[in-house]
Amino acid sequence: MRGGSLWQLGQSITRRLSRADKKTIARRHFASDAENLKKTALHDFHVANGGKMVPFAGWSMPIQYKDSIMESTLNCRQNGSLFDVSHMCGLSLKGKDCVPFLEKLVIADVAGLAPGTGTLTVFTNENGGSIDDSVITKVKDDHIYLVVNAGCRDKDLAHIEAHMKSFTAKGGDVSWHIHDERSLLALQGPLAAPVLQHLTKDDLSKLYFGEFRILDINGVSCFLTRTGYTGEDGFEISVPSERAVDLAKAILEKSEGKVRLTGLGARDSLRLEAGLCLYGNDMEQHVTPVEAGLTWAIGKRRRAEGGFLGAEKILKQLDEGPPVRRVGFFAGGPPARSHSKVHDEQGNPIGEITSGGFSPCLKKNIAMGYVKSGLHKAGTKVKIEVRGKAYDGNITKMPFVPTKYYKPS
Amino acid sequence: MASRLLWASRAASYLRISVFHRGFSSVIKDLKYADSHEWVKVDGNSATIGITDHAQDHLGDVVYVELPEVGVTVKQDASFGAVESVKATSDVNSPVSGKVVEVNEELSSSPALVNSSPYEDGWIIKVEMDNAGELKKLMDADQYTKFCEEEDSKH
Repeated sequence: MRGGSLWQLGQSITRRLSRADKKTIARRHFASDAENLKKTALHDFHVANGGKMVPFAGWSMPIQYKDSIMESTLNCRQNGSLFDVSHMCGLSLKGKDCVPFLEKLVIADVAGLAPGTGTLTVFTNENGGSIDDSVITKVKDDHIYLVVNAGCRDKDLAHIEAHMKSFTAKGGDVSWHIHDERSLLALQGPLAAPVLQHLTKDDLSKLYFGEFRILDINGVSCFLTRTGYTGEDGFEISVPSERAVDLAKAILEKSEGKVRLTGLGARDSLRLEAGLCLYGNDMEQHVTPVEAGLTWAIGKRRRAEGGFLGAEKILKQLDEGPPVRRVGFFAGGPPARSHSKVHDEQGNPIGEITSGGFSPCLKKNIAMGYVKSGLHKAGTKVKIEVRGKAYDGNITKMPFVPTKYYKPS
Repeated sequence: MASRLLWASRAASYLRISVFHRGFSSVIKDLKYADSHEWVKVDGNSATIGITDHAQDHLGDVVYVELPEVGVTVKQDASFGAVESVKATSDVNSPVSGKVVEVNEELSSSPALVNSSPYEDGWIIKVEMDNAGELKKLMDADQYTKFCEEEDSKH
């Protein structure tokens, strides 16, 4: 979920010591030095607050501020974090046929969503693979709001546009608006709701996980979704860009310094601890939602009716089981990163790590990846290869850190 | 800004004191430095090796140090281990060739020593050098300070 490989990003901003690597890194920096990196409305605000800016999916984004990634990750779960996620692409689909239009492209039961509610979903291709993951919201029956990954923006928009053309050619009523006039802030952690409540008259205790509302925050009309990418309670706030810095300042101020600006580095640790996919690492074009463990996101009606791209393959996998499955791992030794090989205890290859690192909250290595079906049960012992050495690990359930979504009790 | 820092660091090394540039990274006068950001402290034929303050600052919280075994040979500019932080992995190269005579076992249980004390408690290996002439290829504190500033300004 949420675009680009942070791991590659980490690689590119840190030193690499072998000479061959150095050359490629030097080239990458040269390319990223080009002035065509896009800046969010908060760019100067990040710099003024000590943000270490790095290229990410064509944008200049803060990977961290003065706090270390470890500190930021812990503070998000203890107090709260404010992230600028304006690089992600907000999009509205409008028209009386926007629901049937979107249902052709995603696995969710969009028709079954009540107005003002949303869900995580997957855009699939003809082969049942994943083009992107996205949080979609039904604002009204003729208005869907969705957010797609920055790194997938161009291909997603091209994909949607192509289908929209043929859909409207047949008389369907759907159009889009890309919300480039807005910025997106993610406010996450236990203080998210109490802090945001200071800035709005609406009662946030009535807005549950996955729900959406258009309301005034800090004196300006915002799109508010109770969602996030950390496993914590929290919100994503789409705000008109000219008021984005004001809102960020107001949030930090109302929290009395407890909610901290947090960069992409901690964001990656947090989502990994929460067991959430990073598109490009844990989900790709050839990976189906069933393999990715997102079967729950395939609406019941969609399972019966199909009618989305790649449905044949996906429904068949639901019936027969997928060949591989996404699982979590605990492991000793060095943190296993993406592309580390996974073997069974006898040394036979059974899969690969797609994301991994040290968990700041659990103080041990965690990872996610894919193994052959049948070997995916929690507790299964594996060997994970890092730089030619095999380290003991075992398969575990996710999330690694319990999620705290705000749901009706 | 960069030139002022450079001036400050030159003045500081003339005065034989540690230099802090960017407010973070320090460079120690009597050490030698590789362009891959390792330092080496020479005592006779023995060389103690670690990563620089600049390197640990860029890597962030170190969570694992992969150490070689005592007795293995290392070659100048070749990787002998790795340092893992929350965000990234980095190979560690040896600034000199020779035989590993000691490794810092403390790092197995306390890898964060590389952050808190990169030049002292966070040392990584000790090597018995094959060829002290290799030291000529390394930078002194002034050159390394300048090298870091130039590298940072490119990013």
